[in-house]
Amino acid sequence: MIPNTPRITPELVAEHGLKPDEYQRFVELIGREPTITELGIVSAMWNEHCSYKSSKVWLRTLPTSGPRVIQGPGENAGVVDIGDGLAVVFKMESHNHPSFIEPYQGAGTGVGGILRDVFTMGARPIAALNALRFGNCHHPRTRQLLAGVVAGIGGYGNSFGVPTVGGSIGFHGRYNGNILVNAMAVGLAKTDEIFYAAAAGVGRSIVYLGSKTGRDGIHGATMASAEFGADAEEKRPTVQVGDPFAEKLLLEACLEIMKAGCVVAIQDMGAAGLTCSAVEMGAKGDLGVELNLDAVPCRETGMSAYEMMLSESQERMLMVIADGKEAEAEAIFKKWGLDFAVVGKTTDTLRFVVKHKGVVEADLPIKELGDEAPEYYRPFNETPARPILTPADVPTSVTLADALEQMLSSPDLCSKRWVWEQYDHLILGNTVQKPGGDAAVVRVEEGPKALALTTDVTPRYCEADPFEGGKQAVAEAWRNLTAVGATPIAVTDNLNFGNPEKPDTMGQFVGCVKGIGAACEALDFPVVSGNVSLYNETNGKGILPTPTIGGVGLIDDLSKTMTLAFKAAGEPIYVIGKTEGWLGASIYLGLICEREEGAPPPVDLVAEKRNGDFVRALILDGLVSAAHDVSDGGLLVAVAEMAMAGNLGAAVDSHCNMAPHAFWFGEDQARYVVTAAHGQGSEILRRAEAAGVPITKIGKTGGDRLILPGDRSIFVEALRDRHETWLPIYMSSMS
Amino acid sequence: MKSAVILFPGSNREHDAARALKLVAGSNVNIVWHGESELPKHTDLVVLPGGFSYGDYLRCGAIAARANIMGAVRAHAEKGGLVLGICNGFQILCEAGLLPGVLVRNAKLRFVCREVFLRVERADTAFTRAYRKNELLRIPIAHGEGNYTADETTIKQLEAEGRVAFRYARADGQIDQADGPNGAINGIAGIYSEKLNVLGMMPHPENNIEAQIGRTDGRGLFESLAAALKAAA
Repeated sequence: MIPNTPRITPELVAEHGLKPDEYQRFVELIGREPTITELGIVSAMWNEHCSYKSSKVWLRTLPTSGPRVIQGPGENAGVVDIGDGLAVVFKMESHNHPSFIEPYQGAGTGVGGILRDVFTMGARPIAALNALRFGNCHHPRTRQLLAGVVAGIGGYGNSFGVPTVGGSIGFHGRYNGNILVNAMAVGLAKTDEIFYAAAAGVGRSIVYLGSKTGRDGIHGATMASAEFGADAEEKRPTVQVGDPFAEKLLLEACLEIMKAGCVVAIQDMGAAGLTCSAVEMGAKGDLGVELNLDAVPCRETGMSAYEMMLSESQERMLMVIADGKEAEAEAIFKKWGLDFAVVGKTTDTLRFVVKHKGVVEADLPIKELGDEAPEYYRPFNETPARPILTPADVPTSVTLADALEQMLSSPDLCSKRWVWEQYDHLILGNTVQKPGGDAAVVRVEEGPKALALTTDVTPRYCEADPFEGGKQAVAEAWRNLTAVGATPIAVTDNLNFGNPEKPDTMGQFVGCVKGIGAACEALDFPVVSGNVSLYNETNGKGILPTPTIGGVGLIDDLSKTMTLAFKAAGEPIYVIGKTEGWLGASIYLGLICEREEGAPPPVDLVAEKRNGDFVRALILDGLVSAAHDVSDGGLLVAVAEMAMAGNLGAAVDSHCNMAPHAFWFGEDQARYVVTAAHGQGSEILRRAEAAGVPITKIGKTGGDRLILPGDRSIFVEALRDRHETWLPIYMSSMS
Repeated sequence: MKSAVILFPGSNREHDAARALKLVAGSNVNIVWHGESELPKHTDLVVLPGGFSYGDYLRCGAIAARANIMGAVRAHAEKGGLVLGICNGFQILCEAGLLPGVLVRNAKLRFVCREVFLRVERADTAFTRAYRKNELLRIPIAHGEGNYTADETTIKQLEAEGRVAFRYARADGQIDQADGPNGAINGIAGIYSEKLNVLGMMPHPENNIEAQIGRTDGRGLFESLAAALKAAA
């Protein structure tokens, strides 16, 4: 137990992750030496995770508004109007550090935290997604981390009862000591029944709801704001333990008391628990908050004020209750078997006052703690440009067929069925397109509307060129939504980077944010929520810059959605968009040539928009029978994925002089592969010409093989077998 | 037709079940809280839905099996009323002793969500008349503890009395326990009570009822129930 009345020494300040100048600023703010509880509170509020102090100046540059946006960043989740009085509420958040230390609980509580963010706003969660990055597949911990994270995500989401419908997984040695677990949740609410964190009204009861408070997770947010050293595993006690059953009850109880009109303001207790939630409620509502910790339901005896204020026990909420509604709210919570305690009240003092056993343990100015935390314009170095590789710079002796087989049974491009079959992706009965396609499609209520959902980022591009990489992450999300026939409406971002105090890392961050901003602007794709995870470093080595984009698209009529599977034999196959054979920073270069170099493919946002709008119109007008975005691995990988999904072969040919490996495996952006629905080929070509969209016929569907130009053909079934078995075999060789 | 879907804390497929009952069987549906001691009057069918009642703590289904409402469910079953337990509902029925045997962890120790082939073992019960005997259905499963097992005598008795409702099958209709999704003995995916009025099954027919959302192979079960109750009325 941490004693509650020590002198505040420089060592103690450092242990709380505060820099000397930050501490000095705090002392000047309050005009005296803080108590230990106050030091804990400020360390929680001013750490990177809660305050966004390094990232804020850059996040402000992102486009966050649009005609559909009801609530942009700054709340528990973003809210976007989808018509018919309904809104989609969504956000993505990282749980990287805890998942590395204790993968099952770390990933599970990551899912729990993001679900809470969504239902705190009054939305019922209808889908979950994730984006995961693990170390090299040969690294001794990778299997165990992957198994634990997947089981943890499934364990939480399956029990809570939300379908986990999509995600992405990648492997790279730069994540060996710092995996990424980014969880996204999507909910549905009525546009006039959205709930916010800002408290309103003086003298109202502040109520604590949910599970009891224990000593778990103390200083979790501070841990998430520091690099790992070799002692990472010793941090296990700071990982919280999840209880999806309690969360399910909390969901039902919260939605019930919201419906009953009991709630004025609500904030979930996530990072830095009671501290962060209470301060945010007060600061956002321009009110003071007074807490009486004697009333906090505790799981353990003898907890100090310091411990209660910093506990990150899961499945807890804080609410301001409407006047005279306390008894009704309490009855609903008791029915669900959850704790309900009046722990404080709103005041007009703008002070954050914490009392415990009759002693004032903290008395701090609430605005300065909350929305006026420090902010840094950190120095940064722009990432130097890499040379552009031409096809001639990438000599190869590997045949197309050999390369294709190898790529499709590699860690990054193999089937992830082993993973998503551990997630209940069907619960709620609205999953129109399950994992494995370009984007998941989930029906809205009884239809005909639906939402398309995806998570995307290509870290190797971001490493090579942060600006283009940032653009590409957004463009790929936009493309994946488009490929199922959706109109992309908004994104959430989860920016995972290394130590921002290093100018090179900060340069990656700045470049990626600029790229994201440029793409979101050009594609009318505003950022409505997000999360920043910095200090993803181990022993001084940072991860690949990984700004994950979670995209949401709207489908007006789900009978007009498209899938990537080939549907019928004899249909012409077209590639839409320009193929230039860009091999720099490609999967082909990395996997087949074992070279990680070169500039990544540039993203032409005008072409992205034009080509995407063109493909979407083809889908909505029923001219195509299959559509797939071209991304990792290039054209031939896209065609092979369509063949495997449809269990139908194809004969393809480039009909051009470009080096075959560049044509088939280059990763030029803004491209899609489509097949023409019966007899619609000439109409597609006519439209492409009219719209100025590059289009090339590359083959025809049919047979049970992929027939490649000047090479052996490959049986689709054999290819699928390799594609499907790599991951199960890898995981079953677990030692 | 009047159905009661029992809601335990932690149930999470109650709406899926209710939707199927309304949409396919045209049933009136009451969601009944576990703390009640009576079923709504004139309840024809009781459904114990999927989920993680009480967080699966202790053993899946063990706590729910002792919930207040279970007395009324038992009485309903004893008078020959229809009871359907899906997934966690099946686990609860076993724990409550309304069906024999037990569901243990999947053989591979992982949760599994996928569409499987089910073979209809008999098409002459209130639950299956809309199907044909030996018909192959494609229905999803989503469970971590669906590995059905019982002592040898019980299994022999279930087989002898024709009380296996569905078996996990291969695409060719053959049963191969090793190929099954969870290791269940004899590929058992669902079983009946002695009087064939209580059915417990791990797969989720309520999730395959609309062409837009996949397949419609689950409709037959709800159509069968509607027809059976109409005939009885």
